[in-house]
Amino acid sequence: MTITEKILARASSKPTVVPGDVIFTRIDKVMMHDVSGPGVIKVFNEWEKKGKTLERIWDPNRVWVTEDHFVPAADIVSAQNIITLSNWTKKFGIKKHFKYGMGQYGICHTLSHEEALVLPGEVYVGGDSHTNTTGALGAFAAGLGHTDIAYILMNGQIWFKVPETMMFKLMGKKPDYVMAKDIILKIIGDVGTDGANYKTMQFSGSAIKQLGMDERLTLTNMTTEAGAKNGIIEPDAITDAYLRKRTDTQYFPVLGDIDAEFSETHTYEIDKLEPIVAKPFSPGNVSAARELQGVEIDKAYIGSCTGAKLQDLRLAANVLKGKKVKIRTEVLPAAQSIFMEAMREGLLNVFLEAGAVIGPPTCGACCGAHMGVLGKNEICVSTTNRNFPGRMGHVESQTYLASPIVVAASALTGKITDPRDVAN
Amino acid sequence: MIMMRGIVHKYKRANIDTDVIIPGPYLKIHDHQELAKHAMEGLDPQFSAKVGQGDFLVTGSNFGCGSSREHAPIALSYAGIKAILAPSFARIFYRNAVDGGYLLPIEIEESTVDKISDKDEVEIDIKHNRIVNLTINESYSMKPFPELIAKIVEAGGLMNYKI
Repeated sequence: MTITEKILARASSKPTVVPGDVIFTRIDKVMMHDVSGPGVIKVFNEWEKKGKTLERIWDPNRVWVTEDHFVPAADIVSAQNIITLSNWTKKFGIKKHFKYGMGQYGICHTLSHEEALVLPGEVYVGGDSHTNTTGALGAFAAGLGHTDIAYILMNGQIWFKVPETMMFKLMGKKPDYVMAKDIILKIIGDVGTDGANYKTMQFSGSAIKQLGMDERLTLTNMTTEAGAKNGIIEPDAITDAYLRKRTDTQYFPVLGDIDAEFSETHTYEIDKLEPIVAKPFSPGNVSAARELQGVEIDKAYIGSCTGAKLQDLRLAANVLKGKKVKIRTEVLPAAQSIFMEAMREGLLNVFLEAGAVIGPPTCGACCGAHMGVLGKNEICVSTTNRNFPGRMGHVESQTYLASPIVVAASALTGKITDPRDVAN
Repeated sequence: MIMMRGIVHKYKRANIDTDVIIPGPYLKIHDHQELAKHAMEGLDPQFSAKVGQGDFLVTGSNFGCGSSREHAPIALSYAGIKAILAPSFARIFYRNAVDGGYLLPIEIEESTVDKISDKDEVEIDIKHNRIVNLTINESYSMKPFPELIAKIVEAGGLMNYKI
C-alpha cells in the first residue's frame, strides 16, 4: 500500500484498502475558519430546525478554529461572523481558537504546520480546499465542505473513496532561481487542472530531500489546483526536525510499502527547470517567465498560505534588498509568528525600504476578500495559488501566478520578470 | 427524487470554477436566499433571474473546481437548480452537493452534453439511470450513483444518513 492507503486503512481499522474502496474513516484533527465555521454553524442551525439538538461535539480537543479570510474584520458582516464563531467555540469548549489580535494567528494552513497541529500518519480534514497543504508533513490532509465538517463534529468520522496515487519523482539539484512553486506550476501545466481529480499526488525523489518544509508545503498546497484529493510527502529527517522545534508530542509516522502501486509515475529533472508563471485564467495555463517578459503588470502581491511562509519572504526580500519597487507591492506574512520572525531577521525593513506596503496575516486579496483586491482590468503578479476570473477582485482583472522570487523581480521592473534578469 | 423534470440551462465550457459560481466577496454571506441571487454571477449576471425552480444545468467537465465553499451548491440550489449534468465534477463540489442534499451531480458522456441544447425540457429517471430529452424525444444514459452516494441521496443528505 502507498502511504495514503496505509493511513486510511489504519484509520478505518482495516488490514488493507485498495483504490476505489468506499470507507468510513476516523478523523484525528479538524479545522474550520471564519468562512467555513459560520457555514458549519448554519448547517447545525438548519438541522436543529428539524427538532434535533446539538448538545456536545465529538471531541473539542481535536478541533481548531482560525480567523483568516476576512480579518481584521473587513466589514460589519465579517465582524458578525467572527462573533458568531467565537460564541460557538466557547459554547462547545473548543480551546484552540486562534483569534486575530490575541497573539499567534494566521492562515489556517500555515498554522497547521507552524503550530504542529497535525502530525505524520494522522487523518486531517479542514473546511478549506487548500487543506491539502498539510500533507507535506506526511499526514492525509483533505478539504471538505460545511456539511461534511458538521457531520465529523458529531460523529468523528466521514466517508472517503480511497484515491489512486499519482507519483511525482523530482530528481536532480534545484537551481537557486527555481522554487517549489515553479515545480508545481510545471506539473499542473502538464497534468491539467483536473488531471489529479479524486486522486492523491505524492512527491518523492532526490530533489525532495533538498527541499525544506516551507518549500514542500508549496507542492502539496497546490495539488488542489490539479483537483487532487490530497497531496503527500513521506515523513523523513527534515519533517522530524521541523516538528521537534514545535512540539514534544509523540507521533507514529507511516511510510508506503516498497511494492506500493501507483496509477501513474511522472519524473521531473529539476535541474533543467526554469521559472514558471501561470497566466490568466487557470493555474494550468503556464509559460516560462522569460516568454512573458514583456507583459506589463500593475501590482505585485506576496501573500497567502502558498507564498508568504518564512522562506518565501526571505527569498523575496533577497531580490528586493537595496532596490525600489516600480509597481504597487503588497506583502502579507501568512501568520503572526512568521511576521515576527521576518521582523527579527530584518526582512520587514527590506520590504518597507523597497517601497512595499506590509499588511497583517490574512487570506486577504488571494480570494478577493479584502486588503488589496483588484479593480477592472488591473493585472497582478501573485505568489498565491489560483487565478480564475474574479479570483482576486473584479471579474475582468487578471492574475499571473508565480514564485515569490519571480513576483519580487517583477515588482522591480513592472513587467513579468525572470529573477535571473535582475540578479546583482 | 426518483423522477425529476426541468428546463436546461447550458454552459458548455469546462472547468467552471467556484469563483464564478459564487465569487469570493460573498463567502461571508450565509443566508441561502441571498447567496442564490449571486449564483453564477462571474459567468452570467442574468443567471438567477432566468432560472426557475427545478431547472437543470448542462455543462462541461470538471464542474465546480476550485474552492471547498459549500456556498457554491447552496447558491445554485436555492436559485432553483436541482441537478447538474456534466462529464465530471470537482471532488469537493460533488461531495458538498450530495452530502448537503442540495442538488444532484449527474455524470453523463461528453457526447450527451453536445446533444442537449439550452432551454430543452429534460426528464431525469434516477431509478433507471436514464435521461429523456422531451424537446427532441431522445434518451441518454447517465452514470449510476455509487452505492453509498445513492443511499445519501435517498436520505436527503449526510446529516440524515445512518451508517
